[in-house]
Amino acid sequence: MIEFAPRPEPSAADRALVTLGALCSGLALAALAFLLMGAHPGRAMAAVFSGSFMSAYGLGETATKAIPLILSGIGLSLAFRGRLWNIGAEGQLLAGATAATGLALALQDSLPAPLAVPLLFAAGAAGGAALAALAGWLKTRFRVNEVVSTLMLNYICAELVQHLVYGPWKGPSQSGFPYTDNFAAPLVLPVLGATRIHWPTLVLALASAAAAWVLVHRTRFGFELRAMGGNPDAAACAGMNASRTTLLVMAASGGLAGLAGVGEVAGIHRHLTYPWAVSSGYGYAAIIVAWVAGLDPLLAVPAGLFLGGIMVGGDAIQISMGLPAAAISLFNGLLLLCLMAGEFFLRYRPRRRARTSDLSPVPGGAGKPEGKTA
Amino acid sequence: MISGLITDTLSRTLGAATPLLLGTLGEIYAERSGVLNLGVEGMMAAGAVAGFGTAMSTGSPWAGLAAAAAAGAALALIHAFLSVTLKANQIVSGIALTMLGLGLSGVWGKPFVGAPLSARFSPVAVPLLSDLPVLGEALFRRDPVFYLALALAGGLAFVLHRTRWGMVLRTVGENPQAADSAGISVSGTRYACVTLGGALAGLAGGYLSLVYVPSWIEGMTAGRGWIIIGLTIFAGWEPWKAVLGALLFGGIDVTQYLFQDAVSPNFLKALPYAATLLVLMASARRSAGSAAAPAALAAPYRPGER
Amino acid sequence: MARIESLELRDIRKEFDGAAANDGISLTVRSGEVLALLGENGAGKTTLMNILYGLYAPDAGEILVNGARVRIAGPADAIRMGIGMVHQHFMLVGRHTVAENAALGLRGVPFLRPGAWVAGRIREFSKRYGMAVRPEAPVWQLSAGERQKVEILKALLKGAELLILDEPTSVLTDSEASELFAAVRRMTAEGKSVVFISHKLTEVLAVSTRIAVLRKGRLAGTVPAAGAGRAELARLMTGGDVISAAARGPRIAEDAGAPALAVEGLTVLGDLGPAAVSGLSFTLARGEILGVAGVSGNGQRELGEALAGLRPAEAGSLVVAGVDASGRSPRALRDLGMRHIPEERLRLGVVGSMSVADNAVLSCHRDPRFAKGPFLDRAAIRAHAQGIVDAYGIMTPSADARAGALSGGNIQKLILGRETEGTPAVIVASHPTCGLDIGAAEFVRSRLCAKAAQGSAVLLISEDLDEVLRLSDRVAVMFEGRFAAVLPNSGLDRGRVMLLMAGGGEAGRD
Repeated sequence: MIEFAPRPEPSAADRALVTLGALCSGLALAALAFLLMGAHPGRAMAAVFSGSFMSAYGLGETATKAIPLILSGIGLSLAFRGRLWNIGAEGQLLAGATAATGLALALQDSLPAPLAVPLLFAAGAAGGAALAALAGWLKTRFRVNEVVSTLMLNYICAELVQHLVYGPWKGPSQSGFPYTDNFAAPLVLPVLGATRIHWPTLVLALASAAAAWVLVHRTRFGFELRAMGGNPDAAACAGMNASRTTLLVMAASGGLAGLAGVGEVAGIHRHLTYPWAVSSGYGYAAIIVAWVAGLDPLLAVPAGLFLGGIMVGGDAIQISMGLPAAAISLFNGLLLLCLMAGEFFLRYRPRRRARTSDLSPVPGGAGKPEGKTA
Repeated sequence: MISGLITDTLSRTLGAATPLLLGTLGEIYAERSGVLNLGVEGMMAAGAVAGFGTAMSTGSPWAGLAAAAAAGAALALIHAFLSVTLKANQIVSGIALTMLGLGLSGVWGKPFVGAPLSARFSPVAVPLLSDLPVLGEALFRRDPVFYLALALAGGLAFVLHRTRWGMVLRTVGENPQAADSAGISVSGTRYACVTLGGALAGLAGGYLSLVYVPSWIEGMTAGRGWIIIGLTIFAGWEPWKAVLGALLFGGIDVTQYLFQDAVSPNFLKALPYAATLLVLMASARRSAGSAAAPAALAAPYRPGER
Repeated sequence: MARIESLELRDIRKEFDGAAANDGISLTVRSGEVLALLGENGAGKTTLMNILYGLYAPDAGEILVNGARVRIAGPADAIRMGIGMVHQHFMLVGRHTVAENAALGLRGVPFLRPGAWVAGRIREFSKRYGMAVRPEAPVWQLSAGERQKVEILKALLKGAELLILDEPTSVLTDSEASELFAAVRRMTAEGKSVVFISHKLTEVLAVSTRIAVLRKGRLAGTVPAAGAGRAELARLMTGGDVISAAARGPRIAEDAGAPALAVEGLTVLGDLGPAAVSGLSFTLARGEILGVAGVSGNGQRELGEALAGLRPAEAGSLVVAGVDASGRSPRALRDLGMRHIPEERLRLGVVGSMSVADNAVLSCHRDPRFAKGPFLDRAAIRAHAQGIVDAYGIMTPSADARAGALSGGNIQKLILGRETEGTPAVIVASHPTCGLDIGAAEFVRSRLCAKAAQGSAVLLISEDLDEVLRLSDRVAVMFEGRFAAVLPNSGLDRGRVMLLMAGGGEAGRD
């Protein structure tokens, strides 16, 4: 008979093993799902990974999609560390994209790139930060659950973007399409070679990962964030100001998603367009990035690349095997569910039940009654 | 003319309110037992497509409704397994469930996109009352699911407060230790409530694709699952207040038709989401005493552990 | 349900992590008697009774009811045999009514309106045993004493013939306690038996027929209550060791400037609205220990939280080391030299997911010693934590281990090390030794005395009257949100303090 005992502290190797096991189970379940959809699971899997990791073009696309995933994933890692369930990276990304577009439309080509691009990123970060901080404020001031508020703001932002691109910001030069006019040349981010990798955003993402790691582990703010996430009552008792930490970490979290939004409009589309085109679900996939990374900002980089690859692969099988676009959401859901199930094996260790008497002792300690004995 | 408008508005309001009511009732039961299930959006989507597909293939809207409930319940079981048995983080697990449900519905629903539904519910007319002017048509000549939802609201309120089952499930959500020491199965109760919640979310989705729209469009749940999470808080976890909340949001939904020429359609579409935020801000005032969240909400039960 | 004429425990043994909590204990309880289980904290009383109630399985030994060996695998078995238990920590659902709480786990409860059905029986039992409670009242509105009545009624409704009461008077006022004793006598008059766990000599002598004394997991002796002497019982409890009085160093002269803490007209609201602390005024000199004695629930918790800045004051002023600190944040109060050892250690004192080192600076990580600008100095934090670990003998694999893995005593030492570091102006210690074993408790007491000797002012809030009397320079007795009296601790009559704690005191306040 197998039973599960709480384990004190999982090692890094345990974590890696469990995460890998969870990802493999997720992929296996996805293969099963492909089978049920009538696709050959082996060929579908091969298509996913060859499309994303096995060619120079695929790798370039993977890295391109990884940029917003890494940025948003780092932001969510910060928020989740403090037990703030920011599910609004999608909306915060759009807010960043909208703020940057607003600035871009105002600036046109009045400033040279070295001045204009940093301004663009600053505007995007401010846009995302403001939206997330709004949810933080609703939480600290009115105790509005942040899961619901950030999600509602996602929907509201999507409507706002649609309103803008169909209405006031609709570009006269776009022959009727719901796009804003294209960004002026100094505002368009440079790309690496023939790829679509807008490297300034990539550099920003990598720098953010390092900075966020330092923030969490080496600063007073990170200390208070970890304390608040670990035990909010004890943090308050130790004199920490939860409202302040909440507002700041939400702003940081949203700001990072906002940067991702700038990358999408200034690096990929060069204009603001439909919300679902600006972000193909990066904000939601970033939840998985944060979880795969174990809320570690540095690990968000490989985790973002992995998820970027899956998104590229998803596009590939859509085209080559005629699977619906929703397959990728299914795939993501299975991955995240498996990761959540895997957590169990980090907290509990399977062991063989000692066959003593049927009067198995109740674990002592807290002295809580164990109503039933198995 | 005016009476026609009133009838039409009222009728649309009740139509929009019905899925919100069904979903909120389900979430109230799950949360009252101590499990937060944020997967409502996903369960609704799965229910919508399962209901539509089954109604198409069997020709029976009732079979479709049953399939919708079953699909929602099946997804909810995944969440129950993760959050009750594996004691996983319920917030992230619920979001994963939403992704899964939206993904499943998109994949399954592909063949049904744009298909017309022939198997429809015929309206049930309440004798005498349905002949009332203005109100009769809107209130008493409706699809049977509307009446079912109202009956469920009353029944579930009664079960929650006036029966042993209700007492047991409230205990599990408030103080699982006390329930455990009284010989109540905490896990069993939570599984049952989460599954019921899923079935009701599935019904809510089925109502969208079988009655309200009626057809299948990907993403047709349009955030209603999340509004339901907000409504659960707004209702203070009380089934009868869920009726009020659903009617309020049904009414907000209908403003889209009333004012579509006057305001940008995107603002009207954003209205329910903004209203959810406003309503939650207002709900914060009454947090103590009886309108507070179940004490053990979202906390896995770990007997005998520090 | 069959009457329990006799219940016998034979050679019960139970180990936790290699330490014997019960070491071969044999006891008999007979119908109609009140058996007191007397012993210090950690003597094994509650463990023994948890075994009897089926919560723990014994490692060895057997249980006999009416001479026949029985197996009690869980509380359900115990209840079926007519054994009921009222835990020290109540197991009630706050938002349920009294009746709904009683209906839980009761057999034969109807499906419809279970609360209404059980309400009638509650009224009947209330009347029979003289324990008045309103079945329709929601439990969260009830006082601790009323909640205890609900717990006892729950056990009686389940047909308890033998009732175990674990430290039942620890939450009761004096009059509530005598009400309880009257109910216990009515039960035994009907032939029921009661096991009464306590560490208080006086009440044990007042209520029991026989007294079994446990010491360090063993039965030290059983004596009839009639004719038992306090001295004899105390000797049995302590094994003849005189508890070493904590060494108090020489007192610092009081005249050195402003008092460390001056509280004027402090009024603090309780959780349920009405004032828990009303118009309290006192001063605390440097180097002084002021002990606050009182039955729990008389505003001690709210007083401690208000002084630490965790609970807003409705009225009144607070002066710490000569600086007005009214309405300051917890952090600002700390910066003025206010330290707080919280009542609930695990919940308020440590972040279990962070390391011992991080927890060692939880409330002082902003100190220039540990932070350079916004950045933390990891090496300094680790060295500081290692210092506390060494000085306090904290059992931990390393300073990088998770604090949540430490035992309760070690967590308390860690908090103590953190909060008493240096010479803070004021230390508010809320129940600092509650739940600790004797060795750890003595260590904590000696540290508090040492800090006072160095010049810190200590406010010692404790329910352990012996502790308060041993450590304090002055004793304040708290009753219903006020100090019933503040008395110099010299030749203080224990009985007078207890009377004051129960509200039967002189009207005049210092």
